[in-house]
Formats: sequence, C-alpha cells, structure tokens
Amino acid sequence: MKLLTLNFLTCAIKSCKTSPASFPLHPRDAELEIVEADVNLAFLQNILPRLMWAELRTIASELGLPTLPEDIPEREALVEGRGEGEGEGEGGEQIPSQTAKDLHRVLLETCIQEGKLVCGNCGHEYAVKEGVANFLLPGHLV
Amino acid sequence: MSRPEDTLPPDLFYNDTESRKYTTSSRIQTIQATMTHRALSLLHLTTPSLILDIGCGSGLSGEILSLPSSSGTPGGPHTWIGLDISSSMLSIALEKDVTGDLFLADAGQGVPFRPGTFDAALSISAIQWLCNAETSEESPEGRLKRFFGGLYASLRRGGRAVCQFYPKNDAQKRMVSAAAVKAGFGAGLLEDDPGTKNAKTYLVLTVGGGELDGDITGVVRGLEGVDVVDQRRGGKGKGAKRGVEQKGSKAWIVRKKEQMERKGKVVKASSKYTGRKRRIAF
Ligand SMILES: C[S@@+](CC[C@H](N)C(=O)[O-])C[C@H]1O[C@@H](n2cnc3c(N)ncnc32)[C@H](O)[C@@H]1O
Ligand SMILES: [Zn+2]
Repeated sequence: MKLLTLNFLTCAIKSCKTSPASFPLHPRDAELEIVEADVNLAFLQNILPRLMWAELRTIASELGLPTLPEDIPEREALVEGRGEGEGEGEGGEQIPSQTAKDLHRVLLETCIQEGKLVCGNCGHEYAVKEGVANFLLPGHLV
Repeated sequence: MSRPEDTLPPDLFYNDTESRKYTTSSRIQTIQATMTHRALSLLHLTTPSLILDIGCGSGLSGEILSLPSSSGTPGGPHTWIGLDISSSMLSIALEKDVTGDLFLADAGQGVPFRPGTFDAALSISAIQWLCNAETSEESPEGRLKRFFGGLYASLRRGGRAVCQFYPKNDAQKRMVSAAAVKAGFGAGLLEDDPGTKNAKTYLVLTVGGGELDGDITGVVRGLEGVDVVDQRRGGKGKGAKRGVEQKGSKAWIVRKKEQMERKGKVVKASSKYTGRKRRIAF
C-alpha cells in the first residue's frame, strides 16, 4: 500500500467516523518496500491540494523515513524552470522538479508490504499482507 | 442459468478456481474491457486522477485505468485503489502485478476513505451483489445505504461515479438507484442493448459542487437512452432536465404517474412496455 493511500484511508468503524483520531491510521511493525514507478507530474499536481501534509509528515516519521519539509510544496515548485528563450511554447512537456520527484518517491513508490494499521481512536488493527489491507469488519462493528 | 448471486456469497463464489476461470476467459476479458471503456467515456476524465474501483476483482478494469491516454484511456494514466471481498480475486491481481492498491473489503460495509478523496469511482459487474444480505443482521437496503453513503462522501465535489451492474429485475434496478439518490447523488440510468440478453445497465452518478454543480443533465445531455432518476427538488438543472427527460419518454411518464399516484389517483402499473411507441396494427 502506497503512502498516498494511507493519506486518505480512515478507520472503517462507524463510531470512529466523527472522531479526528481515526485519521491517519498508524502503521505498526511495518515492512516497507520501494516499488518504482514513472513520475506522473499531472497526477501530483492534481492530488497536491488534497493531501493532509501534517499527517503525512507524522506517518513518515513513525516509519523512520527522512523528515519531510514543514510546509507542503507549492504547486509551482513541482515544475522545473524552463530553459531560456523557449517561452511559453505550446505542447512543451513540463519537466518534474526534484521536489516533484521526492514527493513521487514518498507518495507513490514507498509501500507498506506487511504489518498493521492501527486506529488512534478505537485501537482496531487492520492487517496488511502482501501490500493488501484487510478491511473486513466483524458484523457487530459495522 | 441461475444467477451466481442467488447461489453463494461473493467471497465463496469467487474462490480460487472460479477467480482463475473468470480472469483467464478471453470472452470475459473482452466484455469487461468494453464496459470499462464505456464507463470511462461516461466519467469524462481529462487529467490523471485518483479513482476508486469497487469490486475490482483481479484488476481487469484497473489495468486499463493505468494506461496512458495515448493507449486509449481518457485522462490516463490514473492512480486507482480497488476494493474486493474475494481474496482469491485479489491474489490473481497481485500475481498480475497491477499498479493499484488493493483492499480486502466489503463495499456493503462502507467506503473507508476521508471525505473528498476520489476524483471518480467505477464499478463493473459488482454492485448487484450488494442486493444480497448473507446474515440476518443485514438487509440489502442497509448495505446499499452504507455503500452509497460512503461512496458519496469519499468523492470530491463535482466528482462522478459509474456503476455497471446486472440488476435481477426492475425492482432491483429501482432499489439500487433509489439508494444512490437518497445518498445525495444526481443519478441517471443508461441501458446498452436494452431488451437483449447482452443488456448492460450503467448507473451514472454525480456529486454536487464543482463544475457540474450536481446537475446530472450535464453528464447525460446528448446521450441517448438515459433516464434521469434524480428526483431532488430545487436543483439548478430544472430547465435543462426537460431536455433529457423528454415529454412522452418513459421517465416522463413514470414521473407523471408518480405525481398522479401521490394525488391519490389510480394509475396503470408501469411495465417494461411503459412509454414505448405502440405499433400501428393493421
Ligand atoms: C463479476 S466480478 C467483476 C470483477 C471486476 N470488476 C471485473 O470487471 O473484472 C464481481 C466482483 O465483485 C466482487 N464483490 C462482490 N460483492 C462485493 C462486495 N460486497 N464488496 C466488494 N466486492 C464485492 C466479487 O468478489 C467479484 O470480484
Ligand atoms: Zn477506529
């Protein structure tokens, strides 16, 4: 499971829906893997305003990853400055900046393969096996 | 042939054998791919998006979502997250190394993502399963309510969802669309090859706000054969709605009948023939 996904995932238990502590879920005994993928700049630009940055930083630090910058990058910072004289030529592909590549690395290539995700509100543990999280709930918790 | 939904719960029906048989059948691959493309054309995505696939199975749709627009996926490549209740189906998806994240989950229990997560959602040949409840504590209505309620919240404003499904009958089709409307969606039903054994039903759903402002007619305008099931009052699309729900069309007749019924008048029960042109008999 990508860290991107973890930035959107909440506890599935009904009584947790209204509790702020049910997001983000906290990884425990997590095994990480880097799964390489092509940088998709337009996707990063699309998703950027929807990220919960403080929570992403928390998760990164819980996983022992390098500390993320305090503030979320600006949209403009995702694009490399274009060469001189080229102007705003049409059809020119935008080039992803180092910031975009770093963001891509964290969000789309860093994956939890094994471990658990724990709700900060109710303590429920969701198992992750081969990258797949088990969100099936026993009937009484639905 | 009996419907699989009437024989076993989905996680038991889609066991290892059935899941493999399903995924390797070239006939099924072709049909599912065609329906995925149809759903994508209804979603109108113009940029790489975050998409939820409900009942993703072995990832037949997901593989298409991950393709670039140059390979025929509008707005692609997209990033997708798939939910499925069958671990056998998901194992096959893992074997195929799909790029989407997978969850073992029952859509009838809800959609565990924070509000406004997804640009769009699609579901191919899955939600008819929600009309079955496997235990006495559950009801199809309750499962549909949790599913559509969760789906509605998890989509961003202006987002869309398309669910192709195989309703058992008209009552089930109505139950499913009513649950979607109740959750807040603007809804339309689209039927391809109606009346044949290849009939395909698509439930097209929009979330208010954003560029569409929940005006389902914006999605279905110009598409033939779409019946608007959105019955909310006071929406902006009032004038435009007429254009889609044409006077004399089945949707129009059904709505008129409902109005008359509410006034206590006796109306003829709607049937699959309602609103059809009558052939002139010589
Ligand atoms: C006909 S298959 C379609 C799979 C995939 N969408 C495709 O087009 O190839 C139906 C899928 O729905 C899944 N399903 C049924 N009920 C479900 C539920 N309540 N929650 C999640 N998935 C479900 C089944 O496990 C199965 O994988
Ligand atoms: Zn919880």
